[in-house]
Amino acid sequence: MSREAILTAIRRGLRRGALPADQAAMLRGRLAQHPRQLIPARSRLPHPQQVELFVRNVEKEFGTVARVASAAEVPVAVADYLAAQNLPSELVMAPHSELQAIPWAERPMLSIRQGRAEATDAVAVQHAFAGIAETGTLMFPSAPERPTTLNVLADTAIAVLRTSRLVGAYEEAWDLLRAELGGMPRNVMLVTGPSRSADIEQTLELGAHGPRRLHVVLVDDAG
Amino acid sequence: MLANGEAVHAGSGRPRGIAPLAGRGVAGTFREAAIRGKVGATGDRMHVPTSAAFKQNAHAAIDDPGLQKALARSGPSFIARRAAAAAALPEFEELRNTARDIKNHTLAHLDFYLETYAANVEKAGGTVHWCADAEAAREAVLKICQAAGARTVTKGKSMISEEIAVNDHLEKHGITPVETDLGEYIIQLRHELPSHIIAPAFHLNLEDWEEAFRKSHTDLPADRVFAERRDILTEARTKLRARFLAADVGITGANFLIAETGTSVIVTNEGNGDLTQTLPRVHIVLASIEKVVPTLEDCTSLLRVLARSATGQDMSVYTTFSTGPRRDADLDGPAEYHVVLVDNGRSAMIGTEFQDMLRCIRCAACMNHCPVYGAVGGHAYGWVYPGPMGSVLTPALIGVDQAGLLPNASTFCGKCESVCPVKIPLPGLMRHWREREFERHLTPATQRRNLGLWAWFARRPSLYRMATRAAAFALGVAGRKRGRFARMPFAGGWTQGRDLPAPEGDTFFARYAQAQRDGTLR
Repeated sequence: MSREAILTAIRRGLRRGALPADQAAMLRGRLAQHPRQLIPARSRLPHPQQVELFVRNVEKEFGTVARVASAAEVPVAVADYLAAQNLPSELVMAPHSELQAIPWAERPMLSIRQGRAEATDAVAVQHAFAGIAETGTLMFPSAPERPTTLNVLADTAIAVLRTSRLVGAYEEAWDLLRAELGGMPRNVMLVTGPSRSADIEQTLELGAHGPRRLHVVLVDDAG
Repeated sequence: MLANGEAVHAGSGRPRGIAPLAGRGVAGTFREAAIRGKVGATGDRMHVPTSAAFKQNAHAAIDDPGLQKALARSGPSFIARRAAAAAALPEFEELRNTARDIKNHTLAHLDFYLETYAANVEKAGGTVHWCADAEAAREAVLKICQAAGARTVTKGKSMISEEIAVNDHLEKHGITPVETDLGEYIIQLRHELPSHIIAPAFHLNLEDWEEAFRKSHTDLPADRVFAERRDILTEARTKLRARFLAADVGITGANFLIAETGTSVIVTNEGNGDLTQTLPRVHIVLASIEKVVPTLEDCTSLLRVLARSATGQDMSVYTTFSTGPRRDADLDGPAEYHVVLVDNGRSAMIGTEFQDMLRCIRCAACMNHCPVYGAVGGHAYGWVYPGPMGSVLTPALIGVDQAGLLPNASTFCGKCESVCPVKIPLPGLMRHWREREFERHLTPATQRRNLGLWAWFARRPSLYRMATRAAAFALGVAGRKRGRFARMPFAGGWTQGRDLPAPEGDTFFARYAQAQRDGTLR
């Protein structure tokens, strides 16, 4: 009822009835092709420079980055980071096969639980689906192996990202997502830096409701 | 604090000011009367607009030292941050054209994209509730909450939620809404309306936060110290964390709806929106119909101008795309996903000169750059949407008879249009409202008479020049000593706030003609 009333009012304003079939087909074609609009030149770089741009942008947005040469070095990087920040070594980790394949046992001090984050978790380790150099943004599509709560609930968020998954512009990340996941997952978060608020006197303070710290462990696998 | 601050949750009845006119039909198709009936006519604890009392509100605002302190502090920083972000992206100006074109394309096919969007939401397992007006939207939200057996509801920041005043409606039915955006949270504690569309607590100072927190968080030690902003933030985080975990339903707004995928998009910096829509069993998205865009790519282009125009960030911290409820084997996320899709006056703007206003992506750049907003703040505007975008949108949503003063409260400096990421011709639209107001005889009689007098002269150029020369000469003589007038008969309102410079004896036209004759023009 309301639906028809609203659509009728819109059509009255547009001075036409329902869209003619040929025009509707054209619009459906546009949806299927989802053409790219203007993409800023800043990320149109050779891959190594995209990686550098990504790191610069994460740091500009108050995140931190540790670059490691292989997945085997991730546990050391995580343990060192937690120690340097005086943080506990208990963490909750995404049950993702890439993270599970990391030799965590070599750092027995780290106590790891796999699953979604709970309110009591202080440190979360998440699997980054892609990184976007343009603004230093991480892409986290939800999945059983990549729970959304890991992105927002813990005080410290650590993301593991392979350099081969780093692209220039958002549009390239959407293409990866469409090609590999075949459609929109329930939730896709684009995260650029740690949580913040400027609601008090329009002055920036880090650590609002989401993580106070965002640390990216960047695994060099691009060769 | 402001006179209108108290009126926000005032009792029933029509707002004070001009009574609604039966209104003879105005040229064009815009159906103001119908819209007016939908907003403000129902519920006894609505956000009663005080836009008709703009002048009194503005006076109170200028005399409010706390507000003036806040405006002086925060105004310039927004302008500088946007300028820096725009300068750092060479394509920014071109992206504004792209953004405008995407929105125009969508609005020209709004029926198609809404139907496509709704079909895709349902394909993903969500439910769309089409609501023609505020009352229907409030009812839809309440029904979903009641069906979920909800006692508390957490909320992300949403202007449409303010527009339809859903909080009052939930409270009346025994459900506690909890605003979780830090700015909205203190606004709720203080029973105020937001004074800015992206910085709800723009008008407050640190001491106001401390006062509200001490008054509301009585379970905490009374002798605790708030030394800096961080202490406020930490206390709010702790308080609200418990609310997030206990809530049965989470309500968010939407910055965009994507037709291609049936997705709602929210943009936040705090992360409160994500906790709101991830933790409770039910997620309700409140969105107005003009939020829809065709594809992920189109949305991406709009995102490139949104944060830069709003806060001067390249990208907000959390940009989140939600599509339907929790999938099989997911470890988290809501079991139910509802979209309450609200018209509330928008469809009546389609096809009129005000259609351009529906491009608005609520970045607040217009108010951040507005000298009027900078002088009186947001509450003076008397309803949900302040600043230039409010001066155009508010008359469309609550009626020009009530909000006619807003499009008049403009210096027409054009700054708002020059920074708008979707290039809405805001000053031009304000002029259209003035015309509507004039056509409907809503303009005060003195003003009409004077305008009529001016028009009579303006249509007779030689007479006009003679009269203005005489006036300029007389004023020039009278003001020769001081060079300015502190008082002026018939212009007391104008000279109350500033001096009128005395003319130097002749009009521009006359001096131009003289220079032409002397051959001194270059």
